[in-house]
Amino acid sequence: MLETKQLRKSFKDGGTETHVLKGVDFLANDGEFISIMGRSGAGKSTFLYQMSLLDDPTGGEVIIDGHDTHLMTPEEKMHFRLRKFGYVFQDYALLPELTAVENVALPLMMAGKTKQQAYKEAEVALTRMKLGHRLGNLPSQLSGGEQQRTSIARAVAHTPKILFADEPTANLDNESSRIVMDIFKELHAAGQTIIMVTHEEEFAKQAERIVRLDDGRITSDERMRSV
Amino acid sequence: MWSWLNVRIGFFLATRQLRRASLWTTSLIIFVMVLTFLNLVVVSGILVGLMQGAIDAVRTKYTSDVIVSTLDDKRYIENAPSVISLIKTLPEVEALSARYRQGGTLEANYKTRKDSDKPNTAPAVVVGINPEEENSVTGIAGDLIEGEFLAPGDYDKVVLGNYLLTQYFPIETPGFTTLDNVGIGTKIRLSVGDVTREVEVKGIIKSKVDEIAMRAFMVDSQMRSLIGRTDGNVAEIAVHVTPGTDPAVVRDAILLRGVGQYAKVQTFEDAQPKFLRDIINMFNMLGAGFSSIGLVVASITIFIVIFINAITRRKYIGILKGIGIHGRAIEYSYAFQSIFYAVIGSGIGLALVYGALVPLFLAHPINFPFSDGILVAPLGQTMFRVALLIVSTVIAGYIPAWMIIRKNTLDSILGR
Repeated sequence: MLETKQLRKSFKDGGTETHVLKGVDFLANDGEFISIMGRSGAGKSTFLYQMSLLDDPTGGEVIIDGHDTHLMTPEEKMHFRLRKFGYVFQDYALLPELTAVENVALPLMMAGKTKQQAYKEAEVALTRMKLGHRLGNLPSQLSGGEQQRTSIARAVAHTPKILFADEPTANLDNESSRIVMDIFKELHAAGQTIIMVTHEEEFAKQAERIVRLDDGRITSDERMRSV
Repeated sequence: MWSWLNVRIGFFLATRQLRRASLWTTSLIIFVMVLTFLNLVVVSGILVGLMQGAIDAVRTKYTSDVIVSTLDDKRYIENAPSVISLIKTLPEVEALSARYRQGGTLEANYKTRKDSDKPNTAPAVVVGINPEEENSVTGIAGDLIEGEFLAPGDYDKVVLGNYLLTQYFPIETPGFTTLDNVGIGTKIRLSVGDVTREVEVKGIIKSKVDEIAMRAFMVDSQMRSLIGRTDGNVAEIAVHVTPGTDPAVVRDAILLRGVGQYAKVQTFEDAQPKFLRDIINMFNMLGAGFSSIGLVVASITIFIVIFINAITRRKYIGILKGIGIHGRAIEYSYAFQSIFYAVIGSGIGLALVYGALVPLFLAHPINFPFSDGILVAPLGQTMFRVALLIVSTVIAGYIPAWMIIRKNTLDSILGR
């Protein structure tokens, strides 16, 4: 379970302070697939970064499974990100000098698995993403859709508690986007908690819950279908 | 916090980055490392080698490993035959050469000289040797540039050092004269004390060791008759020890047998003038000074390379941190890359120094007026410099990585 209480985030630029999140209360239950929507500048990506511990909020709390994260040290947050979270970024965020299998295996190795174990699990994750034939390819040798699927494989290979996705289909064509969303639905069906930021209504509706943000506040929280 | 896991991940990342880096960039960095290594080793190595060449030549051609010579207040070694017999009994002694030695004067063209002409003379150290024994200790016959070396039965024949002849040492210094128009077969007058004898020049040797180049060599039996010595008391005994024997052991063994009361017993190192050692120390310091400039240049190069690499990869560093890779592991990856550049650079440098430069300088020494300059690169000192290069390179690589990695993770990912 992930909960935010009065979550605030401001940015200072010279003398000007911009309040991006203005006290967001939010609750994500285990196993939910939630889309976060909003117009550009609404604060949806900022909200995702605070929840996923990639950034520190200006105020408020992020509580994950009862752990108040603002009490955590940077080291503890790093361990949390490594073991409990998975990330899918808009631009795939793969390391260019690592092959597909190496990109997926790296966090597994960091989590303490041996190289052989990590490679084996990475292969399984990539095969699940239908990339079993692309294990040794560098990101530059993969299409956008393949890169995003590699990114998803990296995010889920260690079976994270929550998968965070920031505009995962923004850089993809329709066909690749559909494949990515199908993967998300499969993962969700298998019990994976997913919190996805998107501005595309069509894909947002594939989640079971749509949370809309505007001007740093949640304006609606709509359940699409029952779990 | 240090952890083996971070080291492992750092190594994993470093190997991948290096494997897929631009070959040209990698080659260029390694080339800089090789040049730095050569600068570290060769500059001081040649400076020291100038003096070492001189020292080696004195050892090879003059003192050999141990030199037994007259006490400061004596003209010869008393009881020399017994001393020689005693030295020969030492198992570590491979060969020795006993030398009579006395100051004398050489004169040429005396038959054609008019009374008004300035005599064509040169001072010389006249040395009586057993040609075979001398050659077995110093290999002096190999230094002949004209004529032939002495044979045991030679009568009234001399071999002259090159500093005694104007054609090989054309330096006009007040008080230092050389012989004009003297070559092989020329008859010259040799005066030692009150005795003068006409001798024929049989050979000319060339040496950069002053003690050899200013000598006139003749067969020991001839020398004995010239100076009227029948007791066999020589002035020098050069002792060559068996390979692998420390000359100090032989020196101590000779002294232990009481030779010290008749003669000075010194290893080749003891016999070195102090100024030579001072010069070597000074050259070592100068070399270290020049080398440290190279070290700073190499460190700055690595700093810039890693800094640019880390800056351009800031986004990926952010992603790595974002997905839970420890910052320390990323720092280690840059440290490993720096180690790679330094180790490969040093490895190539070592191969160049020991595989090419040292043998090359040995075969073709630098022709300095006072010595044949070689490249001195003791392995211990060289390895110390390798370690120095690696340490400074790692520090230079680690600092920029540390600077980039401590930036905010999200700012790095978003390029803010």
